[in-house]
Amino acid sequence: MDIIVCIKRVPDTETHVRFSDGATVIEPEGVKYIMSPYDEFALEAAFRTTEARAEGQVTVITLGDGDSQETLRAALAVGADAALLLRGRRPVTMDGLATAKALAAELETRDEQLVLFGVKAGDDDQQQVGPMVATLLGRPCASNVTSFVVDEDVIRCDREVEGSTEVVELDLPAVVTLTKGAFELRYATLKGIMAAKRKPLEVKDADLPQGRLTVERLDYPPERADGRIIGEGAEAVPELVRLLRDEANVL
Amino acid sequence: MGDVLAIAEQRDGKIRPVSNVVVTAAAMVSKGLGGSAHALVLGGAGVGEHAGDLGGFGADVVRVGENPALEGHVPETHAAVIAEAVCSHDYSAVLFAATALGKDLAPRVAALIDAPLASDVTRLEVDGGRLVAIRPIYSGKAIARVGFDASPAVLSLRPNAFGTNGSQADGRTETFTAAIPDSVRTRIVEFQAAESGSVDMSEASVIVSGGRGMKGPDHWSLLEDLQHAIGPGTSLGASRPVVDAGWRPHSEEVGQTGKTVAPKLYLAVGISGAIQHLTGMRTSQTIVAINTDPDAPIFAVADYGIVGDAFEILPRLTAEIAALRSEE
Repeated sequence: MDIIVCIKRVPDTETHVRFSDGATVIEPEGVKYIMSPYDEFALEAAFRTTEARAEGQVTVITLGDGDSQETLRAALAVGADAALLLRGRRPVTMDGLATAKALAAELETRDEQLVLFGVKAGDDDQQQVGPMVATLLGRPCASNVTSFVVDEDVIRCDREVEGSTEVVELDLPAVVTLTKGAFELRYATLKGIMAAKRKPLEVKDADLPQGRLTVERLDYPPERADGRIIGEGAEAVPELVRLLRDEANVL
Repeated sequence: MGDVLAIAEQRDGKIRPVSNVVVTAAAMVSKGLGGSAHALVLGGAGVGEHAGDLGGFGADVVRVGENPALEGHVPETHAAVIAEAVCSHDYSAVLFAATALGKDLAPRVAALIDAPLASDVTRLEVDGGRLVAIRPIYSGKAIARVGFDASPAVLSLRPNAFGTNGSQADGRTETFTAAIPDSVRTRIVEFQAAESGSVDMSEASVIVSGGRGMKGPDHWSLLEDLQHAIGPGTSLGASRPVVDAGWRPHSEEVGQTGKTVAPKLYLAVGISGAIQHLTGMRTSQTIVAINTDPDAPIFAVADYGIVGDAFEILPRLTAEIAALRSEE
């Protein structure tokens, strides 16, 4: 069974995000970009599935600009078989439905039975493109999945639901979005990095509609007042409780 | 125009309290837009019994769809029925709670009705007759002000960032009969429920969070004792290293690859405060840090810090809070 993994290039989680007054996007200078952490779980899930079945190709797809090729190469280096860059004529925005339409237009033309996503992207935190793509394609979808097993023409998924686990079964073809769980991404080997250079990376123009969700302004989160250390050891506890009750009003 | 639909949630046939939050927000927004607030309650037979109570939070109309097919949470079915309800009226906005259920349903509904979706919104404004959503991005490192070039707009609201506003009014209840899709390719096989009485982190007013300084999963009873002493509405959290080590489940992880939370009180015990953790909890109202290392970065964001051994401090803190609770 061939699998598609949709990935996104996002700023590294340790990056300091900077923007000027009135800006609607962050300044790209000095920002290190990585594959969104949740997409790594999706990619590993794809590898484990094809390995367990001893058949099937893993293709990674991203929607973005030319720089996203770097993220696709990283996916090829850890074991993806092929990559596709859908190059938008306009920038990818926070409007997940516009992104989903561009992806669905491509996926509709392909035969893969399983499409995987990270549950959300590490930049916009919108948590929406996977289920939107599934809905546009008329395929079933399970979101926030920690592990799954493919059995003939169904996929059985464990979903994390507020600390509980829901087990759902979807008919294939299906869409699944992954969260942290059973699938920690393997490291790239030197051999893998060398092999990645010879693997196919196709570039196509994407049909990305105009976004209808517009960032009008970015602000920094409110600064926290400097913290204070109120004491050492268990003797400081009564003072802490007093402050929480009388000053902070939270007990 | 200006009408706003709040999607209520039910569990085991009862309307969940988080629905009151969404209805309160819908009432506020619809007033600003010059329309009225509607609520939609879907479930099996009898779910509508207490639906009128949502009127007490500002719903002018409560639409009730009762059908055995809506008893469980098969997402394709619920999304199709919600989409039909949205399309049967001229709504300016549709509001979900950003719970596990809402985060799963909202994108499906948005795709079905071809409307943009802003997720995990922490504040809403009506500015010059238009709806504006405020939501954190880059896991809380920036706050985006977002506008919509479409009507309706779909939004999911982070529950503990919004309050409720009760009133005396009663909502008018209407029956909503929807077509149930006949070919559903999703089957819920099993539900393994979490420990009863636990509350999800996105709805908790207090989070007691443990890190590597707890020195192993066996010591979590100290945090659980504190959780129980503080009382209902308190949930447990954990740092990433603790989850990676398998001491605690991922559902409790706070930070970049876990949840972004903003409770009234966040207690970080034995957590040094890596940037991935800080971004997930720094907008909490009050932060307390307990750590042996006085130079730990967590102290820079903590309103109150105690330097010392968690194993000595936690039992004392639990006892002091239990004493305070028994006085109340």
